[in-house]
Amino acid sequence: MAETAVIDAATLSKDEVLRYSRHLIMPEVGMEGQLKLKQARVLCIGAGGLGSPLALYLAAAGVGKLGLVDFDVVDFTNLQRQILHGTSDVGRSKLDSAAATLEEINPNVELVRHETRLTSGNALEIFADYEVVADGTDNFATRYLVNDACVLTGKPNVYGSIFRFEGQASVFATREGPCYRCLYPEPPPPGLVPSCAEGGVLGVLPGIIGAIQALETIKLIIGKGEPLVGRLLLFDALGLKFRELKLRKNPECPACGLHPSIDHLIDYEEFCGIRGQEVNTVSEIPEITPVELKQMMDEGREFRLVDVREPHEYDICRIPGSVLIPLGEVPARMNELDSAQEIVVHCRSGARSARAVDFLRKAGFARIHNLKGGILAWSDQVDPSVPKY
Amino acid sequence: MAVKVMIPTPLRQYAGKQESIQVEGHTVGEALSGLIARYSDLRRHLYNDEGKIRSFVNVYLNDEDIRYLSKEQTPVKENDVLSIVPSIAGGAPSSGAASGSILRCICS
Repeated sequence: MAETAVIDAATLSKDEVLRYSRHLIMPEVGMEGQLKLKQARVLCIGAGGLGSPLALYLAAAGVGKLGLVDFDVVDFTNLQRQILHGTSDVGRSKLDSAAATLEEINPNVELVRHETRLTSGNALEIFADYEVVADGTDNFATRYLVNDACVLTGKPNVYGSIFRFEGQASVFATREGPCYRCLYPEPPPPGLVPSCAEGGVLGVLPGIIGAIQALETIKLIIGKGEPLVGRLLLFDALGLKFRELKLRKNPECPACGLHPSIDHLIDYEEFCGIRGQEVNTVSEIPEITPVELKQMMDEGREFRLVDVREPHEYDICRIPGSVLIPLGEVPARMNELDSAQEIVVHCRSGARSARAVDFLRKAGFARIHNLKGGILAWSDQVDPSVPKY
Repeated sequence: MAVKVMIPTPLRQYAGKQESIQVEGHTVGEALSGLIARYSDLRRHLYNDEGKIRSFVNVYLNDEDIRYLSKEQTPVKENDVLSIVPSIAGGAPSSGAASGSILRCICS
């Protein structure tokens, strides 16, 4: 059995020759490169925005074994950019949906589903089966986890990251090159947070950055071209500009430097300061539920409803009677509010408004509440005609 | 010396929504001070309480990281380009989880 597998991996079938003919007729790939692809084992972290083009192109290119790590379920907001998934996949696990798409693209690829959150406890074990790791995750804790696990296991980390109209890509943790910690030793502290409304992403952007990750992965496998090692590629979609910055391996780097202090995987949520913050938010902010807010309205009580989202979010949906004061303008416009009056503050999900309530309480507003769960919860519990986004 | 400072998307809201800003200075530090003098909201995003450049914000003079030059004392020449490059984490900002945005978005 094992022998058959070795023979299979060492040659291409007649069908495979036809399938990969546009690779085979290029000397830079050729039979040698295509067989390297067939023998390659690549792990994609995330089957979302970046993971979609990444996995699609790697499967199409004929990567022999493709591992996918994700534990999420497809929802409607994913479809604008996560092209592994379609409308009929909403509600389905991302891995099931991705596997169906990828098998259709190329049934020769061995897909391995890791339906789990990548953690310090399982990362090294999962990474063990692969040669290259492509990071398409969406949070700092996992970014540092992937980086450190790549450094510890000596596997290149093909990195891509996106925000609105801007993308970054690089190849980290090769033997000679820098790692993610050489670039950014520490994550941003949770306090320094622009509002969620500044988030969002143009759907095509992960397509471009994820395709660059696929390209870099393939170049590493076939050993051709100049990999994006020691370079940070910046892409500005609005200006349609690519720029490149030099990255250096930091001799002081705690992960890959001369005297590394990170010899095992740590608690990355703690490292990124995620834990304590949640506790704080919940314990100190006075809240009311959407149902209680509706009651206040029905009883005709005197109060002010303040929406701290951004104007473009207000255009999507709003709660009747609310006044819009975007979070960033609250300090300058709090004189529009009467501290003697009862005030309810809301945003999309309740996090930004909690910060507004916290700020206003410190500024002397005592009769103030945060709408628990924001306008999303209002839609769920009171008025389903309000669209969710 | 007139140098151009490239402002990354997430910080443009604190810099008059501009993608680049011309400032004067003989060193990187002077140029950044000039920038902050005009856009004071940028200060807390670029510097920590001790007045040091934050460790998740990198500054490049042309294509070189100033940490490997003379940091903020690095001299600048006419028409040099300074780039502010903060870490971004987004990849699959999905289902509104605490994710998908720079300088960490805490919405859920």
